[in-house]
Amino acid sequence: MPKSGVNLAGRTLAVMRKDLKAEFRSRYALNAVIMFALVTLTVISFALGILRLSPEMLAALFWIVVFFASMSGLAQTFIREEESGTSLVLKLSADGTSVFFGKALFNLLLLFMLAILIVPLFIVLLKAQIMSWPIFLAAVIPGLIGLAGATTIIAAIVAQASVKGTLFTVISFPVLLPLLVGVIEITKVALTGGIWGEVTAPLQLVAAYDVVMVTLSVMLFDFVWRQ
Amino acid sequence: MLRLKIEKLTKQFGARRVFTDIAFELTGGESIALVGPNGSGKTTLIMTVLGLLPPTRGKTEYFEDDKKLDFEQYRKKVALVAPYLNLYDNLTARENLRFLSEVNGCKIDDADIDRALETVGLAGRGDDFAGAYSSGMKQRLKYALAIVRDPEILFIDEPTSNLDEAGKKIVFDLIKNYRNDAILVIATNETEEYTLAEKRCQLGG
Repeated sequence: MPKSGVNLAGRTLAVMRKDLKAEFRSRYALNAVIMFALVTLTVISFALGILRLSPEMLAALFWIVVFFASMSGLAQTFIREEESGTSLVLKLSADGTSVFFGKALFNLLLLFMLAILIVPLFIVLLKAQIMSWPIFLAAVIPGLIGLAGATTIIAAIVAQASVKGTLFTVISFPVLLPLLVGVIEITKVALTGGIWGEVTAPLQLVAAYDVVMVTLSVMLFDFVWRQ
Repeated sequence: MLRLKIEKLTKQFGARRVFTDIAFELTGGESIALVGPNGSGKTTLIMTVLGLLPPTRGKTEYFEDDKKLDFEQYRKKVALVAPYLNLYDNLTARENLRFLSEVNGCKIDDADIDRALETVGLAGRGDDFAGAYSSGMKQRLKYALAIVRDPEILFIDEPTSNLDEAGKKIVFDLIKNYRNDAILVIATNETEEYTLAEKRCQLGG
């Protein structure tokens, strides 16, 4: 006899574990995200030759690579459910909140794996010097949280559409723009060796973005996903 | 005791009316067969009653001891077995049952899974990927999912779809011996199947 009593955390982790298992068995999103980042950084490195980019350019480039690499893989969490026809069984079995958090956590893990790969490449291939690691991490960690939160709900919307690929990037760009502006500003300060006082305003913007985006997503997700 | 009440339920896609003014009421222990030819709206009616499609008119309500349940409350009490319900091909049968029960709030152990798989004739196949199953085995796995969750309302669309004779016997036994306080809704056009239910709702003329 089944025993009831799996709480929200348990249900969320179950969704994340299922997506991780499915991903490591197919490696569809992971390969797409990593290959995009690898190819882009290598091409830019060859194109630059011995030239060195300014911290402003490097900061923008880092987040452009993260943004487009994530666009190539993060939508898969919901598109795969729709295309394999498993969204019905998931809608009947799971509540929207645990599905949102489970899939957002999965996307966040994917983004952290991407960051672990591209930060060393960014330093080696583009000769970037990170002068303040704490400030750099203050850009990367909330930046990836905001990116995972926003792309998860956008992926849920896009998965219902017939033209999925382009639509995901087109909708994501304006939604993510405030976040990207903030994290690029913080990254620039980390690369120039600035102080915490210089990043107060962009940090507030990024923190506010993360809170608003995650709260709105949780509130709207059930409606978006079940329609 | 659970009660399912359907009042003047109508579903229309554009100008095409799929069904009109469907009404019935079922309490725990009762069963109904939704009968009609292909395209008469049996599946659409099930989707509407499950709350996955909005009705054009009318309403579906679930009650427990006269207290009205919202979607999240009754979702945990229902299960669906249907040919169009796809399970996860890249998970094993065991992983499918565990994951879909866990997200539904039910903790199950290996013994529960083994018992359910054995009931549907899939003993020893729990560690195979669902994607490697034949369509008949997948249908049996959906019954295993319903059994392991022990729902109070069971919706079955085309009960014996894709099943061989042994599979059909398992399903008939399962329906006949299903928990006697449950509500059973069966959509079919097979005489042998709709006679398993006490009530009948004719669709499509």
